[in-house]
Amino acid sequence: MKQDKIIQIALTIVALSAISSLVLITVFVFKEGLPIILRVGAKDFFLSGDWYPGEGKFGIMNMIIGSLAVTAGAIIIGAVFGLGCAVVLTQFAPRQLVVILKPAIEVLAGIPSVVYGFIGVVVLVPLVREYLGGPGLSILTSSIVLGIMVLPTITSISVDVIQAVPKSYRDGAIALGATRWQTTHMVILKAAKSGILAAFILGMGRAIGETMAVIMVAGNALELPHSILDPVRTLTSNIALEMGYAAGEHRQALFATGVTLFVIIMILNTIALTISRRSAGKAAKK
Amino acid sequence: MPKRNNNDMVISVVKSIKDKYDTSELEMIDMEKIEQTEPYNSTLPEKSLSIIKADDFSFYYGSKAGVKNISMEIYPFMVTAIIGPSGCGKSTFLRSINRINDLIPNIHVEGKLFVNNQDIYSRQINLVNLRQQVGMVFQKPNPFPKSIFDNVAYGPRLQGIKKRSVLQQTVEESLQSAALWDEVKDDLKKSALALSGGQQQRLCIARALSTRPKVLLMDEPCSALDPIATSKIEDLIETLKNDYTIVIVTHNMQQAARVSEMAAFFCLGELIEYDLTTKIFSNPSNKQTEDYVTGRFG
Repeated sequence: MKQDKIIQIALTIVALSAISSLVLITVFVFKEGLPIILRVGAKDFFLSGDWYPGEGKFGIMNMIIGSLAVTAGAIIIGAVFGLGCAVVLTQFAPRQLVVILKPAIEVLAGIPSVVYGFIGVVVLVPLVREYLGGPGLSILTSSIVLGIMVLPTITSISVDVIQAVPKSYRDGAIALGATRWQTTHMVILKAAKSGILAAFILGMGRAIGETMAVIMVAGNALELPHSILDPVRTLTSNIALEMGYAAGEHRQALFATGVTLFVIIMILNTIALTISRRSAGKAAKK
Repeated sequence: MPKRNNNDMVISVVKSIKDKYDTSELEMIDMEKIEQTEPYNSTLPEKSLSIIKADDFSFYYGSKAGVKNISMEIYPFMVTAIIGPSGCGKSTFLRSINRINDLIPNIHVEGKLFVNNQDIYSRQINLVNLRQQVGMVFQKPNPFPKSIFDNVAYGPRLQGIKKRSVLQQTVEESLQSAALWDEVKDDLKKSALALSGGQQQRLCIARALSTRPKVLLMDEPCSALDPIATSKIEDLIETLKNDYTIVIVTHNMQQAARVSEMAAFFCLGELIEYDLTTKIFSNPSNKQTEDYVTGRFG
């Protein structure tokens, strides 16, 4: 009994220290970042594109737009290919192919992001520059690179939720004369809808937080982009690029950028959790 | 037991008692008639046209036979029950008739199986047509997570019917045939999952009827239901056989005796005996059948 108590206390301390690091980071980031937002004014901070740290101008609007544009592009690409992969893996591919394809897609998640960035710079950037115009370092290029990076997240979660759809739905549809494709899109994907949505949102969270690959292919220009072939700077790249030499207010402004990112990701994760909980609740009721 | 309202309960109890009374009387009359007019040695009814015909049909999962060398004819507008112990291949045989077993990898068949004089395992067969002609009701009610209307309209929509009025009519007719219309007509938009188990199963029957099939396969349709819901489904089977050919797999021998005209006894993948239900249950010619129906084995 005494031993039990000791182990229980020890484990509680370990668990609490893990959570406390989250609390500490949150407190620290907000403590460093919030004052500058208040000083500059929320309007000038979020809705202005003038980022001249030397002159005390800290407007991050262009970077918010950059982050959102790159993420939106990435999620479109990731959703199309990721969901496509998941449907093929669960509905159409013969088992021998699944055994090869599924681990292959999961390996994508293990490739370091700098490698993605490097391939993007060496292969994708020249291609885009040559065939589509612009400098090549652009929203489009970063979206493609990020799209491939979020593919494993979207695919593996989608595969899981599609496999969780009761087999009886498929039987019922097939017995009514539905083809495989009709069964897939009219019954199975509908039933798995909320889970798939959660997969997209988690992929989005990954894309918006990615830094290294984006720095390498996005161009990092501070101007407001006018087309998907223009370069952009994202919130994450801004922090990574300037942290090394920033001091004083500039440093605080970078923390404030972090706060913005933090809030966006928190919102996305909360939405994803709510959606998947709601669908889990629905499934439990059956 | 699923929740139902009190009134519903009282009505169904009264109804089931009344029905029971009626049918037992009917059964007695029927039995007498059969005993007088048809001596037990005359086996199959005088119907030349079978709707389903198995000709030395075998079905293999990998190298293991699910059913082997089945030869039997199933007659239209009758209820044919398939009985037998677990793992005897009765479901396998039932599921071969609309080829829903095709979903399992590594299967193959030998011999022939005809539906409406068409060899359904030939290469030319259109599976969509076959499955619309041979509807299926599963062991566990499996409505889609959609509204009642969309569940029943699913089959016609697959056929490309989009017109609201046509769909509306099909849904109403199908629900009426499945004796569910009166209970749900005011709330067709309600989720099918909110219905009770018995209602869900009748919804699944309505869904199967929506494609206007000729044959209805039922794979232990009552095994997940309570006695009241079961008796409703049995009543329904009784009416449906006027318009459809029904093949039902059941573990419940009283049920087989109550609802079917013909009964087939399967054991270890083989067809042991196939005859009039009255004969199977009262005077089977095979020892194994007798042991099974009298409860000595299985």
